[in-house]
Amino acid sequence: MSNHALPAFITDERLVELYKQMWLIRYFDEKVDQFFAKGMIHGTTHLCVGQEATAAGSIAVLQEKDKITSTHRGHGHCIAKGATVDRMMAELFGKVTGYCKGKGGSMHIADVEKGNLGANGIVGGGIPLAVGAALTSKMKNEGYVVLCFFGDGAANEGSFHESLNLASIWDLPVVFICENNQYGMSGSVKEMFNIENIADRAQAYGIPGKVIDGNDMLEVMNTVYEAVEHARSGKGPVLIEAKTYRWKGHSKSDAKKYRTREEEQEWRKKDPIKRFKEYLIDKGVLTEEKAEQLREEAFQEIEDAVKFAENSPEPSVDTLLEDVYA
Amino acid sequence: MREITYLEAVREAMSQEMRKNEDVYILGEDIGVYGGAFGVTRGMIEEFGPERVRNTPISEAAIAGAAVGSALTGMRPILELQFSDFITIAMDQLVNQAAKLRYMFGGKGKVPMVVRTPAGSGTGAAAQHSQSLEAWMAHIPGLKVVQPSTAYDAKGLLKAAIDDDNPVIFYEHKLLYKTKSHVPEEQYSIPLGKADIKREGKDVTIVATAIMVHKALEAAKELEKEGIDVEIVDPRTLVPLDEETIVESVKKTGRVVVVHEAVKRGGYGGEIASVIAESEAFDYLDAPIKRLGGLPVPIPYNPNLEKAAVPQVPDIIKAVKETVQFK
Repeated sequence: MSNHALPAFITDERLVELYKQMWLIRYFDEKVDQFFAKGMIHGTTHLCVGQEATAAGSIAVLQEKDKITSTHRGHGHCIAKGATVDRMMAELFGKVTGYCKGKGGSMHIADVEKGNLGANGIVGGGIPLAVGAALTSKMKNEGYVVLCFFGDGAANEGSFHESLNLASIWDLPVVFICENNQYGMSGSVKEMFNIENIADRAQAYGIPGKVIDGNDMLEVMNTVYEAVEHARSGKGPVLIEAKTYRWKGHSKSDAKKYRTREEEQEWRKKDPIKRFKEYLIDKGVLTEEKAEQLREEAFQEIEDAVKFAENSPEPSVDTLLEDVYA
Repeated sequence: MREITYLEAVREAMSQEMRKNEDVYILGEDIGVYGGAFGVTRGMIEEFGPERVRNTPISEAAIAGAAVGSALTGMRPILELQFSDFITIAMDQLVNQAAKLRYMFGGKGKVPMVVRTPAGSGTGAAAQHSQSLEAWMAHIPGLKVVQPSTAYDAKGLLKAAIDDDNPVIFYEHKLLYKTKSHVPEEQYSIPLGKADIKREGKDVTIVATAIMVHKALEAAKELEKEGIDVEIVDPRTLVPLDEETIVESVKKTGRVVVVHEAVKRGGYGGEIASVIAESEAFDYLDAPIKRLGGLPVPIPYNPNLEKAAVPQVPDIIKAVKETVQFK
């Protein structure tokens, strides 16, 4: 694990909180996975188990006023940006207490007031939105940065190319963070790219590109922090590629025929939560006992979220046509 | 009252609003010193500067998305899409993002933006620069769709579109840019969803949009000579649609022809005809509802072929006579 200097507001106490947050993200998605397997939630979902460091680590270094755009695999981003797990779970249950009053579901959780401009069901669909939000920051001189999440699959969408170029020529305060989890649904990066690193594309837009270990919390925090402050200072966007792995399938119907058990086991050894725990214990800010306690607390919070969701009312059919127009 | 062109009216509506409201800005391809492909933004970059008149790369998806993202975070962008045919390249951002964000987010967030875009045939620009695709956008819940036919309407409707808290697709017909009408100098707003009776008559109703309003007016002049008194209803906005004005007119005349330039098959005229058929006006109909629209063909280059692809004045006259003579 790398050991850079962290930004001052990442105190030891904050690091310990982040450790718990990673468990909260993992347990949220593990729970959702179980519910789908049992047919207790309908629709579909995309889980980020194994990718907790890219969500928790990169959002940890943002200021409160900063914004994010997320992806279809976005539960971790939402939690890290301050969404409460009870209202998120309620949304997956389609309940009126959910973030979208039960109208959005897993792929559309947003919290605009908190700077979460939404998960997005269209691959690459959120990238231009991030550019627009960054344009507002610049035009209104609001000083916030937009952190734009997308996956390796989205890097082959036209919106990626157009957006990075636009953000670059206008020097917009946006950081593009590609969570390269090795697969766009079944399409391996080895099959779908003829380059080693997606971040190498940064030079085509005249912006810095960085490749990092996305399962290393510290490297994620340090790199994103540096990039965010670069963007905030008016120097324009940065492209970061965080190499990681999704432990689960693409969505609920995935038999994972496109990859091997051996590969999955290799990546499980790089568990970002385990690595972060070892770092914190080594640093002397966490003990095994405390770590176990935090993990259990996170587990319990998800159990409570489930109860909240189960006990919440369904939306009335009378609300069907509400909110189509402002 | 002074007369200005439709093009000048569009520009004036934007400029007056931009002088008042710092959140309003325009972005688009070649809208800077070039002044836009049709000259609508000419002089605006000199007045407002490059920050608020943003000349963009040829990136329809990104500039549409940037408009959506900036609208969601507090700006009121006007996006000029150089030709309405290019909406195909911006479609995801308009249909899957702009139209749906508010609903998907459970009513939080709003997307106050206007997409201004020149539509229609008649310039010899052929199949990829001459379409009338408004029915696509009218089909999408969450979008509003405006089609002004006069300079007066263009100015007032654009003001209303900019003030609206929803994404509005604002179709400007290229052949109308040079047409003139009386336009007040001060700002005014024409509510979205209010049709205008462009000519009162008692024998037959023509519901016409955009340039077809003018062709219907010409046809009405000819028909008057033969004693046929035509009423012309211009919906002005397709979404929301002023059903009441259309239905009342048909109740009065008992006969109706619906005409638009867009391809008839799947065109918005089918919606208007259905609204009439489903309404109380059905009982008043003395003849079947007649629809006129473009032929199911890409717009061709040759001027004679191009004209033949979309309804012309004689077609409207013929349709009206058939409707009036129906026993």
